[in-house]
Amino acid sequence: MIRLPFLLFFAALLFSTGVYGVLARRNAVMVLMAIELMLNAVNVNLVAFSASLQQLTGQVFALFVIAVAAAEVGIGLAIVILLFRNRETINVDEVSQLKW
Amino acid sequence: MIATVSAQEYAFVVLAIVGSVSAISVVLARNVVHAALYLVIALLSVGGVYLLLGAEFVAWVQILIYVGAIVILFLFGLMLTKAPIGRDTLDNQSRWVATIVGAGVFVGLVFLIQGAFKVRETPPFPTFHATTGRVGESLFRSYVLPFEAVSFLLLAALIGAVVLARKDEGT
Repeated sequence: MIRLPFLLFFAALLFSTGVYGVLARRNAVMVLMAIELMLNAVNVNLVAFSASLQQLTGQVFALFVIAVAAAEVGIGLAIVILLFRNRETINVDEVSQLKW
Repeated sequence: MIATVSAQEYAFVVLAIVGSVSAISVVLARNVVHAALYLVIALLSVGGVYLLLGAEFVAWVQILIYVGAIVILFLFGLMLTKAPIGRDTLDNQSRWVATIVGAGVFVGLVFLIQGAFKVRETPPFPTFHATTGRVGESLFRSYVLPFEAVSFLLLAALIGAVVLARKDEGT
């Protein structure tokens, strides 16, 4: 019994918060957290449209997005830890070379 | 005017306010561990929104995977990388550019949504109760191939993370 635009506004706010976080943070772990916020905004949209269209497809794709987000965080944190071991920093603006 | 506001809509507004405030706190926090805890609150309120929408399986998966697994991974990442504290070390110099871009994205999206849906005239949709059984049936009947692809992706990501993060000895 929720109106669809309110859900979309909430998702828009989550997404733009994530955009701000990705652009403003230097710490790589914080950048990954902001990416999680953006993926959650997409999931809110998928589930909201699934409920308003009375179809299950949106929820199934939200589950796929959650699985891909878990894989992304695993790989991302492994890269961050490797970066910290080699360079002693995880600030994304100091890591500007492809080869060290 | 919005004529009738249902109880579900009140609950959604409360969850949306809590979720939005904690999401903004995630990107503004000066302490990285506080940011991770704000992320927990934001993810929990998104899970509550899923429950309100009748998507119970997605809600429990959200709580299990995001709050249970991903945030723990983040805390491990913070622990292993000696996370600094303070806004100047956590944010880069182009904070005002990020503010402009973030606000621009939000205003643009709100404008698009208002253009696509007449907010005051859109009727509330009836509750769609997607039980776990129906979601599972849809997942394993219509979407078996994407499901297998996702499981393969998870396996590849697992092996990749182990290979990346393990210490090289002797080589």
